Amino acid sequence: MSKWLNLRSGLGLALVAAVLIALPFVAGMGGQAWVRILNFAILYAFLALGLNIVVGFAGLLDLGYIAFYAVGAYTWALLASPHFGIHLPFWAILPIGAVLACVAGATLGAPTLKLRGDYLAIVTLGFGEIVRIFMNNLNAPINITNGAQGITMIDPVVVGQFKFSATSTIFGMTVTGPQKYYFLLVLLALFVILVNFRLQHSRIGRAWQAIREDEIAAKAIGINTRNVKLLAFAMGASFGGIAGGIFAAMQGFVSPESFSLIESIMILAMVVLGGMGHIPGVILGAVLLTVLPEALRYAVVPAQKALFGEVLADPESLRMLIFGLALILVMRFRPAGLWPSPERRRELAEKAR
Amino acid sequence: MNALPVLLEAQGVAKHFGGVKALRDVSLTIRKGEIYGLIGPNGAGKTTFFNCMTGLYVPDGGGFLFDGLPLKADAPHQAAERGIARTFQNIRLFGNMSALENVMVGRHVRTHAGVFGAVLRDRRTRDEEAAIARRAEELLHYVGIEDRADDLAKNLSYGDQRRLEIARALATEPKLLCLDEPAAGMNGTETEELRVLIEGIRKDGTTILLIEHDVKLVMGLCDRVAVLDYGALIIEDVPAVVQHDPRVIEAYIGVAA
Ligand SMILES: Nc1ncnc2c1ncn2[C@@H]1O[C@H](COP(=O)(O)OP(=O)(O)OP(=O)(O)O)[C@@H](O)[C@H]1O
Ligand SMILES: [Mg+2]
Repeated sequence: MSKWLNLRSGLGLALVAAVLIALPFVAGMGGQAWVRILNFAILYAFLALGLNIVVGFAGLLDLGYIAFYAVGAYTWALLASPHFGIHLPFWAILPIGAVLACVAGATLGAPTLKLRGDYLAIVTLGFGEIVRIFMNNLNAPINITNGAQGITMIDPVVVGQFKFSATSTIFGMTVTGPQKYYFLLVLLALFVILVNFRLQHSRIGRAWQAIREDEIAAKAIGINTRNVKLLAFAMGASFGGIAGGIFAAMQGFVSPESFSLIESIMILAMVVLGGMGHIPGVILGAVLLTVLPEALRYAVVPAQKALFGEVLADPESLRMLIFGLALILVMRFRPAGLWPSPERRRELAEKAR
Repeated sequence: MNALPVLLEAQGVAKHFGGVKALRDVSLTIRKGEIYGLIGPNGAGKTTFFNCMTGLYVPDGGGFLFDGLPLKADAPHQAAERGIARTFQNIRLFGNMSALENVMVGRHVRTHAGVFGAVLRDRRTRDEEAAIARRAEELLHYVGIEDRADDLAKNLSYGDQRRLEIARALATEPKLLCLDEPAAGMNGTETEELRVLIEGIRKDGTTILLIEHDVKLVMGLCDRVAVLDYGALIIEDVPAVVQHDPRVIEAYIGVAA
């Protein structure tokens, strides 16, 4: 029985691995743009799982999560570009970015985590905007961030002689830059998935759930709620910082524009839409919300041309319209998210009764 | 009885909410190994006393000595760390966690694994995790609800929820266990079982502070009893004396005896 189960889960694992390996090459047949979309889907899944620690596990509504992504991205941009003429290797920058984002998270969290949910949401929202505005204006009197123009010619990830930005031939196969990043991102995503899973079923994970359930009772049995919340906040921020670094390296360019409020909302929507606190759900949410709008972009213009002979609505505004509609529909018909954890689904079903 | 060392000393504790003086200069001492009863009519300030002691409220005056050292106000988690555990009058369990998990959370304050331990799952963390689960199972057995271990706390019967709350409190290894009306809503059999449980806990070395309206239970169980009325302590003595004190009778019946 258990042997059979092992065989089955082993086969399942092998299948998933095969799909994950084949995916960038299949997507590559449709053009490298599709591989890039795939990469963003994984990057967002990574971000969403980082935010899941804060929102899903600890129950803290963070509307400024993108700020930590920005900190990570700018850390990479400043430490590996001609802007300052500094070119540190990736293994130095990624941890620095993670630590700086973590410090930013703790700095924001320490004074605010006593606030109740809705107040915390507003403070974090403000913080996200402050960081973006800083990035926008830190070009005078000393030019640190190069303002709205952003920073260009950022170094890609380079391991020894192996450059992630260029096409190369490995074992007789042509592997493009985006395809290489794909595999790096998959590795990072597997790491954050592991962290999420292990945290959830640990002493700290239980403390987070307890705080979510009843904060007063949690305090009364000796949980230092402030510290434990701060921990969630700082951890989520660190993952944001790592994702930001990879983003900067992959794009070769960062500007404040990439870190607007709507991005924070998007990532939060991925977590909520997918199924807050449920790891597979969050991944699903991230992939759907990244891939569908892109697919839409490809479909909408030709469809309108075919129907009306001209383009009436540009894909960007349609995207927001459809996104809003999707959110409403999901919240109406699947309030626990598209793929909620079994417990959460039961919880909501009972509340509805 | 008087030879026993003091565990908790309340020194002139005062607390008011606007014009309501919920506690006026309350001083009392609880000794190690006692079952100490705290009674009084509705609104007398019993729960407020608990809340001040466990750091949920900051007293407006006075303070507490616990085990010879002052208790920090406004630091509930430190009260638990020092060895004060409590239950709530209006049960506060983690409803969507299983009974076992509820007790496991109670081990938080006596265990150490952090984020790195959780992620690396090293030997120490795994051992600790196993010990937490084992202890939680023992405690469920101790209070007699081991067969409900996997049920969500909110789906337990009222009496079982009260027991679970006691198990969770015991998981913190308290020196002083404070029970806020544990028998409320229980029938005769359940109350009797509770009495046996409380006596057992005391025998196993935990001092108990008991708020209870069931006078028979209090008088039968407690070594000493304090009576609060309108926030003021009117007497602190053995049950036989308290029972016949005219001030107590007046507080409860509302007329001088
Ligand atoms: N958080 C609060 N805010 C305002 N008033 C409060 C608060 N908590 C308690 N009180 C008031 O303080 C007084 C004492 O309340 P407390 O709950 O301590 O009484 P009690 O002795 O526990 O009563 P019961 O037997 O009904 O539980 C009451 O008048 C109550 O209304
Ligand atoms: Mg009360």
